[in-house]
Amino acid sequence: MIELKGIRKQFGSHVVFDDIDLHLERGEIIVIVGPSGTGKSTLLRCINFLETPDAGQLTIGDLSLDATSATREQILALRRRTAFVFQNYALFANKTALQNIAEGMIVVDGIAKREAYARAREILERIGLADKADAYPAALSGGQQQRVGIGRAMAANAEVILFDEPTSSLDPQWVEEVLGLMKQLAAEHQTMIVVTHEMQFAREVADRVVFMDQGRIIEQAPPAELFSHPKDERTQQFLRKILAANVV
Amino acid sequence: MHALDFDYMLGLVPILLGYLPLTLEMAAAGMACALILACLLAVIRVTRLPGLNAFALLFISFFRGTPLLVQLFLFYYGLPQVLTFLVAINGITATILGLTLHFSAYMAESIRAAIVGIDRSQTEAALSIGMTRAQLMRRIVLPQATRVATPTLMNYFIDMIKSTSLAFTLGVTELMGATQKEAAGSFLYFEAFLVVAVIYWIVVEALSWVQKWLEQRLNRAYQR
Repeated sequence: MIELKGIRKQFGSHVVFDDIDLHLERGEIIVIVGPSGTGKSTLLRCINFLETPDAGQLTIGDLSLDATSATREQILALRRRTAFVFQNYALFANKTALQNIAEGMIVVDGIAKREAYARAREILERIGLADKADAYPAALSGGQQQRVGIGRAMAANAEVILFDEPTSSLDPQWVEEVLGLMKQLAAEHQTMIVVTHEMQFAREVADRVVFMDQGRIIEQAPPAELFSHPKDERTQQFLRKILAANVV
Repeated sequence: MHALDFDYMLGLVPILLGYLPLTLEMAAAGMACALILACLLAVIRVTRLPGLNAFALLFISFFRGTPLLVQLFLFYYGLPQVLTFLVAINGITATILGLTLHFSAYMAESIRAAIVGIDRSQTEAALSIGMTRAQLMRRIVLPQATRVATPTLMNYFIDMIKSTSLAFTLGVTELMGATQKEAAGSFLYFEAFLVVAVIYWIVVEALSWVQKWLEQRLNRAYQR
């Protein structure tokens, strides 16, 4: 179970969001949508303290912490219960695909090298890159790099994987393979929070779609409901715009 | 004008080569100490360690802002007058000390730039999988910073080898000091200094090859 309560973040005097609540059950998949610059990515980054929230409580599984008084150990524990997939992949440039996936298991979880590499190979198999084990990130396509990025998150054995616009930096021809892999994870009931502009993905995969605008959660509902009967005017407007763009 | 005395020059080569080890030893010792000091300074600068950061800035400013020869004279001739226990310092030690302090100031800035230059998103990725700051530095940042800084550091090493020739002004008979003595005995200054110039040149060229090889090795991971 994941619970966010009263999360606030501000940069200087600019308040990105205030008093955000969000609740997820284990195995649930939620997709956050909304206009750019509305605080979706910042919210995601607050969940694993890549950004330090200015107020609020976070609960992930049996770990509960307060934003204002979180200790270094608590933050580390929180990060070990979550995994993050970055828009720009953020692979370790000095490590091969296999090493990128195994790194966390070896360094963070203290798993013996042999076993970590064996598990990393299994993950490479699952993400369809078994033949790229020894390739460095520079030699991989964008789609392949992002699949390794997802593989690295899978290796963390996290309670939740946070996806920050995972397909936004990709050339169009690589988007499908990345979304396909995410669907595969969804089918295995991996808990995920996904920030994306891929409405089709939200419609197909999400258990719940959360619409954010100007630092607020405006409404949240199962995709069928939110996409066909949006209640709030701002949601309707956003959907009209983005669906019109998708048709073109 | 007289013709070049080739026999004299050939005879000089083995004599001067006998002093090459001392030159290389001073450079190697200076480089090793400078690297350690430079890494410390760079980490202090990157982490802005309170108190020490100001000291590091002052240190770097002074040792980059004054000539190496002045620094060597200061350590060898000047300091022992103030700090009397330093009277025992010999020319070789003073040279290594001077090279260390002087070059560490330059090298600290290259290392700092290399660390700062590592893509910030890799730092976030490492933190996101639960690495500590120390693990992040050791496993992700420093290996990549080493690659970025190596060509520059090799250039400083080459520069350092040539700078050891200043040791002769502290009375050390190294490659340059030996040449000076030989030339003073034979009056064949042009021949003697030509020979020593070629010796330095060959040593530096050999190092340039090592540098190229090293860069290729370090770049292997980044080839498309």
